[in-house]
Amino acid sequence: MKIAIIKYNAGNVASVMYALDRIGMNYSWTDEEEEIRTADKVIFPGVGEASTAMAYLREKQLDRLIPTLKQPVLATCIGMQLLCKHSEENDTTCMGVFDVAIKRFQSTDLKIPHVGWNSIEAQGQNPLMKGLKASEYVYFVHSYYAPLNPYTSAICDYVQPFSAMLQKDNFYAAQFHAEISGQAGQRVIENFLAL
Amino acid sequence: MLTKRIIPCLDIKEGRTVKGTNFVDLRDAGDPVELGALYAQEGADELVFLDITATVDNRKTLVNLVREVARHVNIPFTVGGGISSIADVSALLNAGADKVSINSSAVRRPELIDELALQFGSQCIIVAIDTRRVDGLDWVHTHGGRRITEIKTIPWAKEVESRGAGEILLTSMDTDGTKAGFANVLTSEISSHSSIPIIASGGAGTMEHFYEVFTEGKADAGLAASIFHFKEIEILALKNYLANKGIPMRI
Repeated sequence: MKIAIIKYNAGNVASVMYALDRIGMNYSWTDEEEEIRTADKVIFPGVGEASTAMAYLREKQLDRLIPTLKQPVLATCIGMQLLCKHSEENDTTCMGVFDVAIKRFQSTDLKIPHVGWNSIEAQGQNPLMKGLKASEYVYFVHSYYAPLNPYTSAICDYVQPFSAMLQKDNFYAAQFHAEISGQAGQRVIENFLAL
Repeated sequence: MLTKRIIPCLDIKEGRTVKGTNFVDLRDAGDPVELGALYAQEGADELVFLDITATVDNRKTLVNLVREVARHVNIPFTVGGGISSIADVSALLNAGADKVSINSSAVRRPELIDELALQFGSQCIIVAIDTRRVDGLDWVHTHGGRRITEIKTIPWAKEVESRGAGEILLTSMDTDGTKAGFANVLTSEISSHSSIPIIASGGAGTMEHFYEVFTEGKADAGLAASIFHFKEIEILALKNYLANKGIPMRI
């Protein structure tokens, strides 16, 4: 199986690569259209800031490529937010695979960002949560969130219920960091690779 | 529900765990990779690796160690000790560390926090604050708590947050090593006025101490070294104890 991790300027992807190493998978880290288009699975990871990341994706024309991909795509953290339509983070227009507007958490009593292990619950048929408990803990670090919407495939509750995962056609997205979410996170990645 | 975090800290010297003992399940208690993986398996929520030698010569050893840990550990981990530049942080993050912790270098030049947060994002920048009470006031200390500064602890905590720290690792030198409980009053004071998570450190001796630091101390995470390292408290037993007392835990 050919796995492509999309190379761009959002954060550090070492932990994603090591997560794939741990389950014995090979991958390439690339921003080449041909290599991404012909991969069996595409991973779009990232930590970072939305407007800087989108500017870079536009410069490399990856913003046009990614929404047209046909194979299973897994986007995590900022990667998931960039697949939505818009982000409140520096008023950024994103790629719009999911018709969802990303908002900033607002709370007077809870700390922002949302950092740590929180439980998620699958919504409907979520193939990435196959074999996991009904409520499973995964690791989050974020200040912006996707509200609940028709594409929500797992729910987490912080400040209010929000989308821990999204799914539409071949696009799968997780707000949490599956790559460092223990056995549960590893299972999510394995489920994605088994699609 | 967002859980409180239990974080074992491993002291590293020349690439080896210091003070290793009594781990029957381990082939080599001095091997930080094996010990880290065991803690992860036992339910640790994160790990902190603290390089207590932190000399230039040891940097390569540390980066190699971080790479090995990242290959074997599937929970977030932080690396601290002697980090003072963007290049230091870049090397550690590229090797697979999820976060770095800075301490003396931030006291020396607070702008470093802004620079690192801008470059790498706040989520991976922990500022460690070593504090000690002198004449009724809490002062920031450096050099492993041996050297007092002219900075008061509570305003410093606010400053590091406003400069972009993602979390604060607060170690009370008054309670550290006493096994008499965390510095709950100070931890609570800082946590109540902060919007970033506070990791409390120093003084853990019993399971009840963790209960107190999460309730009275309002800490978001509790860190300890020796009680886990010497197996005085097992992580899973601790998490079960806390969960039974109503503290949200990932079990």
